[in-house]
Amino acid sequence: MSENKNTAYGNANIAMGEKLIEVKNLCKSFGNVSVLKDISTDIKKGEVVFVVGPSGSGKSTFLRCLNLLEVPTGGNILFEGEDITAKKANIDKLRQKMGMVFQQFNLFPHMSILKNMTIAPVKLLGMNEKEACEEAERLLDRVGLLDKRDAYPNQLSGGQKQRIAIVRALMMKPDVMLFDEPTSALDPEMVGEVLGVMRELAREHMTMVVVTHEMNFAKEVADRVMFLDGGDFVEEGSPEEFFTNPKSDRLKLFLSKVL
Amino acid sequence: MFENLAPYFTKEQFYLNFIEDDRFVKYILGGLKTTLLITFLAVILGILLGFIVGVIRASHDKTGKLKILNGICRVYLSVIRGTPVVVQLMIMYYCIFTSPDASKLVTSVLAFGINSGAYVAEIFRSGIMSIDNGQFEAGRSLGFNYTQTVWYIIMPQAVKNVLPALCNEFIALLKETSVATLIAMTDLTYGANVIKSRTYNPYLPLFMVAFVYWLVVTVLTALVGRLEIRMRKNEMR
Repeated sequence: MSENKNTAYGNANIAMGEKLIEVKNLCKSFGNVSVLKDISTDIKKGEVVFVVGPSGSGKSTFLRCLNLLEVPTGGNILFEGEDITAKKANIDKLRQKMGMVFQQFNLFPHMSILKNMTIAPVKLLGMNEKEACEEAERLLDRVGLLDKRDAYPNQLSGGQKQRIAIVRALMMKPDVMLFDEPTSALDPEMVGEVLGVMRELAREHMTMVVVTHEMNFAKEVADRVMFLDGGDFVEEGSPEEFFTNPKSDRLKLFLSKVL
Repeated sequence: MFENLAPYFTKEQFYLNFIEDDRFVKYILGGLKTTLLITFLAVILGILLGFIVGVIRASHDKTGKLKILNGICRVYLSVIRGTPVVVQLMIMYYCIFTSPDASKLVTSVLAFGINSGAYVAEIFRSGIMSIDNGQFEAGRSLGFNYTQTVWYIIMPQAVKNVLPALCNEFIALLKETSVATLIAMTDLTYGANVIKSRTYNPYLPLFMVAFVYWLVVTVLTALVGRLEIRMRKNEMR
């Protein structure tokens, strides 16, 4: 049904700074509990958006709705102009263009690092094995883990696992990367190495949506910070404005606790 | 009292029961061959059935879809696990395959395979359910569809987790096939009966058959044990 066939590795029709994801009146409830209440926002190509807020505010749910790991109970999400919440949308195809990094890494323990990285592009993009291995090695080299190519996930530290998880997602050449608290399960001394990889991605103008508690990191790399509380976006703005000059009382209270 | 038993355990009796007329080879080894054949074929049928039923049940548990298929599977599990295998075998033999041409081997393989499938299904299901949901989400978020995620990511891990339980289920099945004697299947247990009826000595043939079962089960159990150790080592990789 799609009119753009040449989009396997990204949509050429969308220029930097144009809308990549449009969220319109997004609602999500689990039974009677309403977690997201009528959220609307746009995420532009090349933009690095941080979503912060107290725990239970719906940050992760919001992120997981963007690639339909959670199915919204109301509203629409448009990705590259296509309504992914529509019944006929090919969500598997769309997810190939949305990389996701989880708090718990979720590497496949029964596969070597190389296999973890190559299985999706080989099976889904039709990349040949050799090509995929070369690409994987290039990425592994970039994150300083080339010597782990034949290791298994259980042999790696948390920080190493998360760096692998990031490059595994990058193997699909996604148009956007979603990060769900990527450093929350890490020992403090390993947070830096993961943030380093993310910082580099941001510098290359990868579109990123990051749910995190790392406020200093948000200050440093975000183009825009959004504050989610009680299922609502209470306030958003550039990091300078957001952290130094918060307008709403709820954000002031939140920042006073975390900074 | 035990003096009365002594005549049953003499050298002559041993010769009479096992050597003469090639009885050991014909009835014990021949029976063992049939027992192993029934078990082997029933295992294959059981894995096939159990895999399908297990995947359907787990998919339903995870996604809420496949309601009708899941219902059919639940009836199957309930009936098979709620009735004795002897009764199932006899129904299969006396009520379903009533034609004189029907092969007893096919009848018993079907009965034991269908029976074992029910237990295997629950083993598979628990194996699939034991895999962390994050694995599933990671697969889906890379763009794999449901079936691909189950096939490439969930199943290899689930099968590995349940392999020892599966093997133990099949070792149990090997013993259960002794019931096939009831429909005059010439299996290992039947062998004891034949010899006993020829020699009027119940002790030696039955003890021998018990010993052969024990030997086979013990060897297989030891193999499963080694498999488990090897798998645990692999996990440390």
